[in-house]
Amino acid sequence: MKATFRIGGVHPHDNKQYSVHQPITECPLPAKAIIPLVQHIGAPAQAVVEKGQKVKVGELIAKAGGFVSANIHAPFSGTITKIDTTIDAWGMKMPAIFMDVEGDEWLETIDRSKDIVRKLDYDPKAIIDKVQEAGIVGLGGACFPTHVKLLPPPGKTAEVLIVNGVECEPYLTCDHQLMLEHGEEIIIGIQLLMRALNIEKAIIGIEANKPDAIKHMTALASKVLGIEVKALKLKYPQGGEKQLIDACIRRQVPSGALPIEVGAVVDNVATIYAVYEAVQKNKPLISRVMTVTGKSLAKPGNYDVRFGTPLTEVVALAGGVPEDTGKVIGGGPMMGRAMSNIDMPSNKRVSGLLFLPEAESLRQEITNCVRCGKCIGACPMGLEPWLLSKQAWHSMWDEMEDHNIMDCIECGCCQFTCPSHLPLLDYVRMGKAKVGGIIRARQAANK
Amino acid sequence: MNLILISLAVLGVTGLVAAVLLYFVAQKFKVEEDPRIDEVQEALPGANCGGCGFAGCRAFAESCVKADSLDGLLCPVGGAPTMKTVGEILGMAVGNIDPKVAVVRCNGTCEARPKTSTYDGAKSCQILHNCYVGESACPFGCLGCGDCVAACEFDAIYMNPETGLPEVDDEKCTSCGKCVKACPRNIIELRKKGPKSRRMVVMCVNKDKGAVARKACTNACIGCSKCQKVCEFDAITIENNLAYIDYNKCRLCRKCEDACPTGAIHAVNFPPRKPKAEAPAAPKAAPANNATQPLNNTKQNGEEVKA
Repeated sequence: MKATFRIGGVHPHDNKQYSVHQPITECPLPAKAIIPLVQHIGAPAQAVVEKGQKVKVGELIAKAGGFVSANIHAPFSGTITKIDTTIDAWGMKMPAIFMDVEGDEWLETIDRSKDIVRKLDYDPKAIIDKVQEAGIVGLGGACFPTHVKLLPPPGKTAEVLIVNGVECEPYLTCDHQLMLEHGEEIIIGIQLLMRALNIEKAIIGIEANKPDAIKHMTALASKVLGIEVKALKLKYPQGGEKQLIDACIRRQVPSGALPIEVGAVVDNVATIYAVYEAVQKNKPLISRVMTVTGKSLAKPGNYDVRFGTPLTEVVALAGGVPEDTGKVIGGGPMMGRAMSNIDMPSNKRVSGLLFLPEAESLRQEITNCVRCGKCIGACPMGLEPWLLSKQAWHSMWDEMEDHNIMDCIECGCCQFTCPSHLPLLDYVRMGKAKVGGIIRARQAANK
Repeated sequence: MNLILISLAVLGVTGLVAAVLLYFVAQKFKVEEDPRIDEVQEALPGANCGGCGFAGCRAFAESCVKADSLDGLLCPVGGAPTMKTVGEILGMAVGNIDPKVAVVRCNGTCEARPKTSTYDGAKSCQILHNCYVGESACPFGCLGCGDCVAACEFDAIYMNPETGLPEVDDEKCTSCGKCVKACPRNIIELRKKGPKSRRMVVMCVNKDKGAVARKACTNACIGCSKCQKVCEFDAITIENNLAYIDYNKCRLCRKCEDACPTGAIHAVNFPPRKPKAEAPAAPKAAPANNATQPLNNTKQNGEEVKA
């Protein structure tokens, strides 16, 4: 019996067949690039380059705007043309650096060879500094700056590193492919993080629908002391931090607390690969693997895309927008957001592009709540989505806070399972944003 | 027979004792309340809408009675006549009150603002606003899901299916401000109703640069400042590429309406323009008593002019 998390969860069809086992292909360099300054959770980065300045690949172009923020490095070599605002995939403005790409000239300090560097005797502080300097953020989706996780608050100690190779989101296959192609580097990355956190145990959680990855990683991990691969039963949202901790070490993170409370640090395999590259190869985070997929797409696959490449170019590489497309989603179908245009540049946040045919993209007709309680059973955080959505509808913010709305991870299980097709998550998410604002205002006032 | 007598006696005595007890308790714990509070509450509309900023009509009445002057206290639903009655009850003077009305400052009609995407999520402006820019490319304009319509307790705001924009019924609107709070994009503003309900409004809140705004919506204000130049009363200010008409300074001369190249400035409730010779008959004499105005616009309402 394979392990899984204990509360809630749903079983959407994984639909990974379109892009699974497609080798990671490098996306060609664009002529012009737009590099957004907000690619992470926290304060926006501050540009440190000027108009007309020439930069090389890997050069720092924007500095972290605070502790919870991340550096941004030039993904291309070329000339900075302007620092202005651009429109993101949801039509909103975001600050960005515009550049003309000229050639592909890298900083000399970056090791571009394919050799695997196995050196491990670094000072823990040096590893964390490197991670911070390289602008590494959680590539699983939330984009939380990784160095913050590696520095536990005083009084808390990490006991175990949990590596997220679950990829429970349907359609996405980028982490799976990364494990197959760069498994060895990931294992070294795990060792580096174990050293940085001063712990002896790491668990790699992989869902059972990736038997080859489980086999591959188990073979690699067996050579290293302390790393264990755990095959997990298929269930969404197993890739959620708190769910994965429960599945791997049977501990539940208390309401409102961070994973460090139960001694766990969770990082995605893609993040760990970035850590390996930053520490061993001196390469900052300038690209990521993203899945471009869909039923009618000509060439679905896993593409290594440098940040700032217009998504249109990535789509062109995958065979162009299929004619029957009804909806384009940034990320997977459960957590991703539908995009209103695909002119946006790629960035640390976009883990995938999914093209849904029109017939599959429309919502079904909404009927009345039949009080079946399915949403309560499906909620992995043990909340009552039907109640929360009603409270949001009636603007009952205080009551929502009492019902732990801030614990919601916005996984969408409630809406997925609702037989009446109620837009539960829409209301819950809106309420969460409102309550979050109220809480922040209160904290600011109390300071 | 005996049983009935006994029960009657017991009940009677108990009742008597309780009555005496209650009388003394009532005397002891009597709450002195200003009788004028009831009187003032009687004069108020009793809608309990909260438009005055208090928890309801009773709370408003209490604060009126406690206050030293009626400045700053206004029942938007009742308007000037109600406040006059309240002033008479309390023996206080009431300042000049201009009736206000909610104005939806967006004229991004379906033709002017083409759809760039289709939204099929929950029908709520608040949710749509949190999700993305909306069905058109304008990040400032009306989202058209009708949060304001749902918020209105007086049935004064409705969606026009032709334009996809909410419209306010001047007569029904009490300027309670609920729609203003409900709109996530802050499009709705409470503006002076104006003589005969006539008013000049910049029907746009787009703060983008002219070219960007124009691309998203052909009716957008592009901040060209032509209106500012023709205005003789300094009523128009341009800030963040957006014109704004100060309704206290505006004298309704309609010059800005003619000057606006995009048609973002609307003259509302003016009679249709006569042939050029005797053009803008600007009603210069602002009526002394605006309170009588709401009655007048019954006739005006039918002939609403859209620029």
